[in-house]
Amino acid sequence: MPRTDTLQGALALLALKILSRRGPLHGYAIMSAIQEISADALRVEEGSLYPALHRMEECGWIQAEWVAAEAGPRKRVYKLTAAGKKQLAAEEGRWLAVAGGIQRVLRMA
Amino acid sequence: MPLWNKIKNVFRRDQLNAELEEEIQSHLHEAAARGRDAKEAQRAFGNSTNMREASRDLKLAAWLDNLRSDLTFASRQLWKNKVASAAAVVSLALAIGACTSSFRLIDALLFRPLPVANADRLHVVTMSYTDAEGKQDYGDSFNYPLFRELRQTLKDEAALIALGYTNRQDITFGSDNEMERAHRQHVSGWTFAAFGLKPVLGRLFTENDDLRPGAHPVAVLAYDYWRRRFGLDSHVLGKTFRLGKNVYEIVGVGPEGFTGTETGTPADFFTPMMMNSEAINEAGWQWFRTWAAVKPGVSLELMRQKSEAIIRAHRAERVKQWPAGAPKDRIAHYLNTSVELQPASAGYSGAQKRYRKALSILVVLVGLVLLIACANLANLMTARASARARELALRVSIGAGRLRLIQLMLVESTLVAVCASVLGFAFALWSAPAVMSRINPPDNPMRLALPSDGRLFLFMMALVFLVTLTFGLFPALRASSVRPASALKGGEDPHSKRRLMHALIAAQVAFCFIVHFVAGLFLASFDRVSRQPLGFSPDRVLTLDAATVDKAPPEAFEQVVAQLRSVPGVEAAGLSSWPLMSGSGWNSDVYVNGGPPHPIAPYFLSVSPDWLATMKIPLLAGRDFRNEDAYPRVAIVNESFAKKYFEGQNPIGKSFEKDEGRNPTRRVRVEIIGYVKDARYSNMRETIPATAYFPFRSVDEKGAPVQKQPGAFVVRTASANPLALASMLRKAVPLARSEFRVSNIQTQQELVDQHTVRDRLLALLGAFFALVALVLAAVGLYGVLDYSVLQRRREIGIRMALGAQPLNLAWRVSAGIFGMLLLGSAVGLALGLLSERYIESLLFDVKVTDWRILAAPAITILVSAILAAILPIVRAIRIDPVAMVRAE
Repeated sequence: MPRTDTLQGALALLALKILSRRGPLHGYAIMSAIQEISADALRVEEGSLYPALHRMEECGWIQAEWVAAEAGPRKRVYKLTAAGKKQLAAEEGRWLAVAGGIQRVLRMA
Repeated sequence: MPLWNKIKNVFRRDQLNAELEEEIQSHLHEAAARGRDAKEAQRAFGNSTNMREASRDLKLAAWLDNLRSDLTFASRQLWKNKVASAAAVVSLALAIGACTSSFRLIDALLFRPLPVANADRLHVVTMSYTDAEGKQDYGDSFNYPLFRELRQTLKDEAALIALGYTNRQDITFGSDNEMERAHRQHVSGWTFAAFGLKPVLGRLFTENDDLRPGAHPVAVLAYDYWRRRFGLDSHVLGKTFRLGKNVYEIVGVGPEGFTGTETGTPADFFTPMMMNSEAINEAGWQWFRTWAAVKPGVSLELMRQKSEAIIRAHRAERVKQWPAGAPKDRIAHYLNTSVELQPASAGYSGAQKRYRKALSILVVLVGLVLLIACANLANLMTARASARARELALRVSIGAGRLRLIQLMLVESTLVAVCASVLGFAFALWSAPAVMSRINPPDNPMRLALPSDGRLFLFMMALVFLVTLTFGLFPALRASSVRPASALKGGEDPHSKRRLMHALIAAQVAFCFIVHFVAGLFLASFDRVSRQPLGFSPDRVLTLDAATVDKAPPEAFEQVVAQLRSVPGVEAAGLSSWPLMSGSGWNSDVYVNGGPPHPIAPYFLSVSPDWLATMKIPLLAGRDFRNEDAYPRVAIVNESFAKKYFEGQNPIGKSFEKDEGRNPTRRVRVEIIGYVKDARYSNMRETIPATAYFPFRSVDEKGAPVQKQPGAFVVRTASANPLALASMLRKAVPLARSEFRVSNIQTQQELVDQHTVRDRLLALLGAFFALVALVLAAVGLYGVLDYSVLQRRREIGIRMALGAQPLNLAWRVSAGIFGMLLLGSAVGLALGLLSERYIESLLFDVKVTDWRILAAPAITILVSAILAAILPIVRAIRIDPVAMVRAE
């Protein structure tokens, strides 16, 4: 996906990371997981979560599957693919480098 | 995202949207379950349409989506104008079909590589010579001693392969009563290895199958023959068949698709060169082609020079054995032959040589027809675009880009082109084999593999692309440049579009003129060539090719002729070595009054008594042969013979000398006992050659009768359809002599017609294309005129209201068109005249500058143009000025 700006990139990175740790999840679960783990510091908007998920799906990083729920409508569950794992590693490395850079600048300047 | 997914998504957009909606619902349900406020959760999603768009960044998808809607729109447009669209599709289909069908023929005959490993390295060795009329031509026949020499000397540069001419043979699998015909090609034992071919059954020849003359009676079947004759039965191995004196054993079947190297005449089976045992050590017997599989890195020019040196040395040796006093220039031509290596990746055959130019001219005609069809469509598209000017302007004003408009128009053109090419493909499927079966005489038609494969598909794709661009792009560009403000007001310059249309009309007329002109030449040429006087009468004459296992004594032939004569319905019967016009010939030098050989050698034919009467060749003086006459003592000569060798005097009682058979040092003296009118021997185009007829019965030096192979019996029947007698005659021959078989029966007329097959084909196809071109051009003209009347109806109405005369109006409406007609005809005429030199060699006795041939297309086109113009003009002068002015 060519036009990923940093924030969108960050959302994708977080979603991929969570899927890699917690296994297949549906959109709401991913959203709450990010909120939970970041101790409410990061709030994901529904309006950007789903487009991000769909883009990742079309890129082949994650795969979606409809799963029947015990109650209520069926759920669309996302799962990390091999390509997604690769992407996660790359994104994570890049993020850490950028974050480290920013931190250094903040400290030293 | 992979392109495929994007494309897929375009076509399942509804499903994707439904899934998205469901996912949102599932999310909200989850949120509610966890105690969040339903309204707040809903708000957090924002606008779901936005999200839908954001979900799929889809530039390509948008484009594809547009394409889909354009397609729907275009097909709706085409459907709306059913008649016009059908006419457009059918005319283009006809043109595309003709193009495709010519491509199939030309590709199969001239370009498709042989199915061998190294087709691009194959060459055929040819030698140039000067023919009797002083024209340069080339020959490709070699004798085996020379081939051996070449092969030995060039073994480092190339693998040399001897490959015989593929020709029809009589073979028998069971008893001799069941003779059948099959095509045989003599091949060098190492041919299959050099071509990298593998057997599908048994084995192929090796060098060991081609060592000693007459010692290898083995045959390899071509796959296609194996399938046709034996139904792929593997028990065919070890089967034997008789051909002439030899019984051949089938040892293998060649690979699928390989039918020898004679493109147009597929071989059914192959035999080793050594099996032509009589010819193998004869330097005077030229009977096969020399092929060279050139090794990589070898300079062709160097190899050519080397071969030329060997061939010239060989000829210098040969010329020493020529009879003394041979004409000097003949010797010089013989010695100074230049040698060429002709590329032969697509095989090599006489058919290629005969039809290369004819087919390429047909391609030009077909191309012109295609252009005419394209011009029609371009005009149609332009007219339609201008009728839609307001719609297009509206599209522009609500934000459609120029590219978007071009796409819209091109989609419509492509749709027409694709529909037409599907129809055209069907047309080509039928027409290519139909045309092919008309090449060559009916009992031995040209056979080419015409597969519908990738090559054909690529060609059709390229054709559709080109056609769409040709007729679609320009109108699309014009239409897309619409300026909404002026278009919506209803008044762009209406003349600009007409100018383009008029230019296209001129081009159409020019192309149509050329097609007509060339077709006219072919028709006139065919007419003249088929009206050439024959000198004999082919009506109701049957020719029966006879075959025997061994040679037969003269009485045997007399008995068979007598038997044939006694069959009811037979008027006369005779025998000759071969029928007239069959393509066979025999000529050699003659010496008159003890002088040197005459520069022109006459033709000879051995005939029985009564043969002249059967063929209705009138006797001018002297007498016919009698049973006791024998070659080489007496001869009957024709007028041309008397003119050439005896200054036109009555030749009865005079004599000439000729070489005796293979021994050039011995001459025989021949007395002329009969004098007949000229009759054609083997050619419709050249003047009738000096011909001497000899008695079929011949004697050796001691006067003892010589046993001979049979020739062809000719029978004149009483019934209008001579073939009705065929089966009775076939039975009568073995009744007289049980060792005689009839291997083939043909009418003499068929033999004559085979010489005009190419002329007939060109005339037929030329006439067909001329008709198609005329109809297309007339329809185009009608369309443009009709459109311009429609467009100018306001103007016409006003003119009428102001008192213009109908004639004056008709002139105003059509003047431009007729101007274009004249311009187009002039251009067509000029181009036609320029084409003369190129097509001259295909014509017979027709001059391009003949005013009748120039006038015919001009008149036809003018008349059709007037017919096409009448309706729109009548419509124009019938316009009611009051209604028209009121309508505005």
